[in-house]
Amino acid sequence: MTSQVMTLSKAINAGLRQAMTDDDRVILMGEDIGKLGGVYRITEGLQDSFGERRVMDTPLAESAILGTAVGLAYAGFRPVCEIQFDGFIYPAFDQIVSQVARMHARTAGAVTMPITIRVPFGGGIGAAEHHSDSPEAYFMHASGLRVVSVSNPQDAYTVIQEAIASNDPVLFFEPKRRYHVKGDVELESSGQGRNAMDTARVVSEGRDVTIVSYGGLVQVAVEAAQVASTEGVSVEVIDLRSLAPIDFEAVANSVRKTGRVVIVHEAAESGGLGAEIAAGITERCFYSLNHAPVRVTGFDIPFPPAKLEKYHLPDLDRVLDGLDRALDRPNSLSGLEIS
Amino acid sequence: MPDDAAEFVQLITADGSRPSTSLFEAWVTDIDDAQLVARYEDMVVVRRIDVEATALQRQGQLALWPPLLGQEAAQVGSARALEDKDFVFASYRENGVAYCRGIPAVDLLKVWRGTSQSGWNPYDFGMATPQIIIGAQTLHATGYALGMQNDRSDVVSVTYFGDGATSEGDVSEAMVFASTFKAPVVFFCQNNHWAISEPVGLQSKEQLVNRAAGFGMPGVRVDGNDVLAVLAVTREALERARRGDGPTFIEAVTYRMGPHTTADDPTRYREPAELAEWAQRDPIARLGAYLRSTGALTDEVAGTIDETADRVAAELRAGCLALPDPEPLSLFEHVYSEPHRGLDRQRDHYARYLAMFETAPTRPAVQS
Ligand SMILES: Cc1ncc(C[n+]2csc(CCOP(=O)(O)OP(=O)(O)O)c2C)c(N)n1
Ligand SMILES: [Mg+2]
Repeated sequence: MTSQVMTLSKAINAGLRQAMTDDDRVILMGEDIGKLGGVYRITEGLQDSFGERRVMDTPLAESAILGTAVGLAYAGFRPVCEIQFDGFIYPAFDQIVSQVARMHARTAGAVTMPITIRVPFGGGIGAAEHHSDSPEAYFMHASGLRVVSVSNPQDAYTVIQEAIASNDPVLFFEPKRRYHVKGDVELESSGQGRNAMDTARVVSEGRDVTIVSYGGLVQVAVEAAQVASTEGVSVEVIDLRSLAPIDFEAVANSVRKTGRVVIVHEAAESGGLGAEIAAGITERCFYSLNHAPVRVTGFDIPFPPAKLEKYHLPDLDRVLDGLDRALDRPNSLSGLEIS
Repeated sequence: MPDDAAEFVQLITADGSRPSTSLFEAWVTDIDDAQLVARYEDMVVVRRIDVEATALQRQGQLALWPPLLGQEAAQVGSARALEDKDFVFASYRENGVAYCRGIPAVDLLKVWRGTSQSGWNPYDFGMATPQIIIGAQTLHATGYALGMQNDRSDVVSVTYFGDGATSEGDVSEAMVFASTFKAPVVFFCQNNHWAISEPVGLQSKEQLVNRAAGFGMPGVRVDGNDVLAVLAVTREALERARRGDGPTFIEAVTYRMGPHTTADDPTRYREPAELAEWAQRDPIARLGAYLRSTGALTDEVAGTIDETADRVAAELRAGCLALPDPEPLSLFEHVYSEPHRGLDRQRDHYARYLAMFETAPTRPAVQS
């Protein structure tokens, strides 16, 4: 095994390169992904290596990117579409939920849609409006799509390849605030057998309470677990990786052990992933629960201006407060269970 | 010369002469030298605002800034053709238009400093706040025009968008609606040759102006670096809309001399020679040369204009640094116009959460 230290963004780049080398039906499409290599340079160097027809700078039209990807998939290609920022996926929403998601069911399995939709998502980077959204729940709700997110370079490298290899359409959410974080990546682990895309990962084991998170906030959960351990609280952190479907086996196993769970995400609380997880846990582990599932999420507001995002995004203090609530500790800062 | 420099309406040439042969001269017979000096001042001040904002970003005072360097004539010429009652729906780059609408320069910065999601009240200036979703505002302008039509008003709405935007479905759909209903709207496309790293040739194999015919509306291609020509063609389009003859598509041929935004590095995708070529057609230098040839722009006048620009820039800087950071609980403001029990509950909880930090600056000790 060769292992190499690289950033999360470089790991996606390496995963894309590997997938394109392995299968010449894999093609990349998006705005500014060719010569520029993408605004985040995720596709840097790929057009030089694979040419303009496999790394296509498209005209500025997201609906067309996804709509033509459907046709390319019909023709036997595996399109990997980059949406430049989370907030720009909505012009493509119709093609994704009305076409990409349903084609396999509509055609009784005759037509597959092995389309990967890469979306840099989430806040924490002080960006302008429409550059910090967390739209994952919209897509979880559209049956026929798989939705994944990664939190570290190794998973980025592996899961992007699994997503491309999947015959189902996959939304691949990349936490932009983690793009520059480095980690070890085993380059040979090109997916086969790992099944990372479908399964949750226990990041750190613990006994007293479980934190379930994904993407950019896994790191915040890990830091909260470290602080809690100094107070004698043992926290298990789970990185979901797969948001649809959710690996409830892994989540329920943990919650049966701890009896308490805090779900952490940036997206709004209402109708968010936390609601789905809380319901799924309650169904599966009702008699193991010592406290109602706790959600620590972004508020039910449009993503706020940059100067306010630190209040909107769950941070260490808010996750710790969530842990206190889940643990029935009297020093819970907010007593949120009222009303 | 760049590919498509020919075939457009031009009243003042790149070297500052005025052949007076264009039929569009008829639209600007009232524009005397004094008014041209005023447009010159507009462009100088707009550029100074732009340069100052870019500097503020470089100094960490703004998160981002989208420069309009090179597009001053397209923006000033068109915006100065409007009447106060008209309404503008623009993108993020139309800071020169905003200036002409009377919007205080510091209000342009709020979004980029991240203190608020918009800088002004649209109704105060007849200009919607900048649209970031490419092309979306063209539909809003068309709808506004339909409303004006319903109200039998002679207000015209004007929408600004880029060459890249013409590829978005929204823009085509807006043109369909506008044409079908003869909406009093002007589609003002600034072809600045680039959409981030993508050249205009990727968006269209034809001159953009040729789209107009397919939608059933007149199209006019203008030298976007000639403020007088832009004024003339915009006046014509406004007049057509006002008298009930429907929309016009204007392609203003100009050039984005700077990066897409301060986060962009154009050396990765375009040739320095191209930039040098367009520098020869600078909109300010050209009008300056013309006005010097007529004697209207003396060193003294130019000096006064520079002083004005410096003053605006100094005010801008001071105003930027004085912008207050928003309060945490303002997160919850204006999401709804009526009380909302779900959000009220979240605000209430968050207020209590914040209050705990005031009484207990560090996390309370574990008591369990
Ligand atoms: C729907 C949507 N897709 C992508 C983007 C990202 N983006 C911002 S500006 C831009 C290029 C726009 O080019 P153009 O329309 O020519 O306007 P210019 O920036 O040149 O003024 C892109 C792709 C966006 N803001 N909105
Ligand atoms: Mg452009």
